Amino acid sequence: MTNFVTILRRDLRLSFRQGMDSLMVVMFFVIAVVLFPFGVGPEPNILARIAAGVIWVAALLASMLSLERLFQTDYEDGSLEILVLQPVSLEVVVAAKVTAHWLTTGLPLIAAAPLLAVLLNMDAGGFAILILALALGTPSLSLIGAIGAALILGARRGGVLLSLMVLPLYIPVLIFGVSAVDAALGGFAARPHLLILSGLLLATVALCPWVGAAALRQAMRS
Amino acid sequence: MDRMNRFFGDNLTCFRGGRFVFAGLSFAVEEGGALVLRGPNGSGKSSLLRMMAGLLPPSAGALAWDDGRIDEEPEAHHERFHYVGHADAVKPVLTVAENVEFWARLRTPEPDTRAALEAFGIDRLADVPGRFLSAGQKRRVNLARVLAAPVRLWLLDEPATALDADAVRAVEAAIAAHRARGGMVVASTHQALGLDGGDVLDLADFQGEDLDID
Repeated sequence: MTNFVTILRRDLRLSFRQGMDSLMVVMFFVIAVVLFPFGVGPEPNILARIAAGVIWVAALLASMLSLERLFQTDYEDGSLEILVLQPVSLEVVVAAKVTAHWLTTGLPLIAAAPLLAVLLNMDAGGFAILILALALGTPSLSLIGAIGAALILGARRGGVLLSLMVLPLYIPVLIFGVSAVDAALGGFAARPHLLILSGLLLATVALCPWVGAAALRQAMRS
Repeated sequence: MDRMNRFFGDNLTCFRGGRFVFAGLSFAVEEGGALVLRGPNGSGKSSLLRMMAGLLPPSAGALAWDDGRIDEEPEAHHERFHYVGHADAVKPVLTVAENVEFWARLRTPEPDTRAALEAFGIDRLADVPGRFLSAGQKRRVNLARVLAAPVRLWLLDEPATALDADAVRAVEAAIAAHRARGGMVVASTHQALGLDGGDVLDLADFQGEDLDID
């Protein structure tokens, strides 16, 4: 546990001092969403109808944007090699790095989401569920993405490869994230959808650190 | 428990990129001992060190500490050694002290970072971010990491690269002190580095070209 905190603090410190990473993710998120009114026309009803989907898809892409660097910088400067050789289980290392990734990218996305919902004329009744759904869904995105980020180490054009591997796996989170908001807006219970999102989160928490660690071990052997 | 502290490899073979880098190699290091790896470029010095660290599984043969094979209990093995490779793992936005302290904290709750920095003459750089360091200074930071959390075995891959004469003397002193405490060192190097009395393993003797295996 102390090792988890040590690695988490180091990654947060690295991220805050570099600063730009989190900011760029949020900027990308905002710009991607803002493009939609230009694309589909400023019809308030249409925008309100597609708001949840647009925000979720933009959040997926934004979260993926920063994934490539999750292990890449440590891999390039030799830190990953040394991390793998510490008397710390690699699963803890992956879990700590994913947590830092979510805190520096997922959390700012959640904070920016209500603003964008207003921009897309979403009914105020859906805001709380949107935030809740994002809070349950984005950690899963970081966790699933960690597997892809570990697998692309050493590959050229890793970023494109990463999106090809990870985006299809994001689909379940996307489906239930959007349907939770749609249910709330349509006057139905959002709870079942949120419960499925929680279930997905529990499954990814249980599986992804182990799979990610296995992928890292493989990357270190080459 | 009998703690004789013997690290050895038996009949190791390294097969990489379609060729045998070395074959039939055996070694042993004991308490206070040192093993110097020599050999021309590409003879497998780094591969052997990576094998000792468990980063690269041997194609044949086995490595063991006392009676336990290292691949059976990797975390127990990781606890015993520090590995210094070619990359210095110095984060550009962390200060020298933060860099060293992070690594040491993963092994000991209260690391003595200050003393480790002093040993390599970089205590005055403690608050300087890693991006302002020269190659030699980064190497010193990487070596300070080794001193900040004491372990039994040091695996050093060309530790003197980019170091000036003062720093090389500091490395010599550190290795001598480590060995005097019963520590073990395996290093690939072309300099003396306080490894006198250690065994020399010339990897040129284990080249596998004439092996006929398919």
